[in-house]
Amino acid sequence: MKYIEPHAHMVSRTTDDYEKLALAGCEALCEPAFWAGFDRSSADGFHDYFRQLTEYEPKRAAKYGIKHFSWLCINPKEADDPGFAREVMSLIPEFLKCPTVLGIGEIGLNKNTRNELTIFEEHVQLALDHGLPILIHTPHLEDKLKGTRLILDSLAGFSKLDRAKVIIDHVEEHTVAPVLDAGYWAGMTLYPHSKCSLDRAIDILEIHGPERLWMNSACDWGVSDPLAVPKCALQMKSRRHGADAIERIIYQNPKDFLSQSPRFIL
Amino acid sequence: MPSKQDLLDLQFIEARHKLLDLAAFLDRIDRHPGEDDYRFAAMKSALPILLENRPDRARAVLEAFSDPTTEPIPQASFQGAFGAPTPKH
Repeated sequence: MKYIEPHAHMVSRTTDDYEKLALAGCEALCEPAFWAGFDRSSADGFHDYFRQLTEYEPKRAAKYGIKHFSWLCINPKEADDPGFAREVMSLIPEFLKCPTVLGIGEIGLNKNTRNELTIFEEHVQLALDHGLPILIHTPHLEDKLKGTRLILDSLAGFSKLDRAKVIIDHVEEHTVAPVLDAGYWAGMTLYPHSKCSLDRAIDILEIHGPERLWMNSACDWGVSDPLAVPKCALQMKSRRHGADAIERIIYQNPKDFLSQSPRFIL
Repeated sequence: MPSKQDLLDLQFIEARHKLLDLAAFLDRIDRHPGEDDYRFAAMKSALPILLENRPDRARAVLEAFSDPTTEPIPQASFQGAFGAPTPKH
């Protein structure tokens, strides 16, 4: 079984995990820039991080035959200081020239503050200026519903935005419909304790259909499972989903969305 | 698509296990000293949703645990999330 892991934070994972992903059939993975567990104290810290995403991780993945792609931004958790955020954002255009950078992400909201929203909108404009796809993080737990609504309201103000080039990630039962109904892609994150369980993600898939939907592990430094996607595929099989339906959600759909970047070549 | 009987065969024991864990969690909080907080109240207020005759209980539970406000806040006093709206909401 081949699959694409469209959202994984491999800087937080061991090399053993690359081996496990390869053994499970992972052909490619995408790593959005995120919060690494603590706040970075300078823009230089982000410069190093962007180099790690664009230089080191592709080489580490290649040792296991996995293609590694990345998305760049300052994540919403560190974006509440607009001056600092803009300093980091000024670094991004230099890295957009790297051959494995697909777009801008994961931008979005964390605690739904005014400053987060301002920096989110500046990131969207940056993506539009460069004709890039966008990957959007929606907030955690009690903040997700409000944050998703704020994000959708904000995006509606960008008249030139191609909604087919935007994926809004970490949807759950209460946020998936407005995202899909507005014409965006939706990502389901498979986490052991928060976001979607394997069975809930399959429920969402059964209820809403496979159009513009993908699933990811978003494995990082927290409680997460880098093999969540193939495990969900196995659970789909036990719930009598056919091979074609499984292949579509774990391989073809992410391939279709990601191939909107000419750099996503398998 | 599997039938109701298929799903019961596949998942009843696991769902039973999760229900028992929740019941034991409620007992555990009651049994221990000190005061509970808004999270426990939110959980208890969401429990009746499970018995409602509707097709979207999971969505309704998530909405019950969500911040009901609509405007961006001026500033965040902390970075994380706790699973239920804080009392100021």
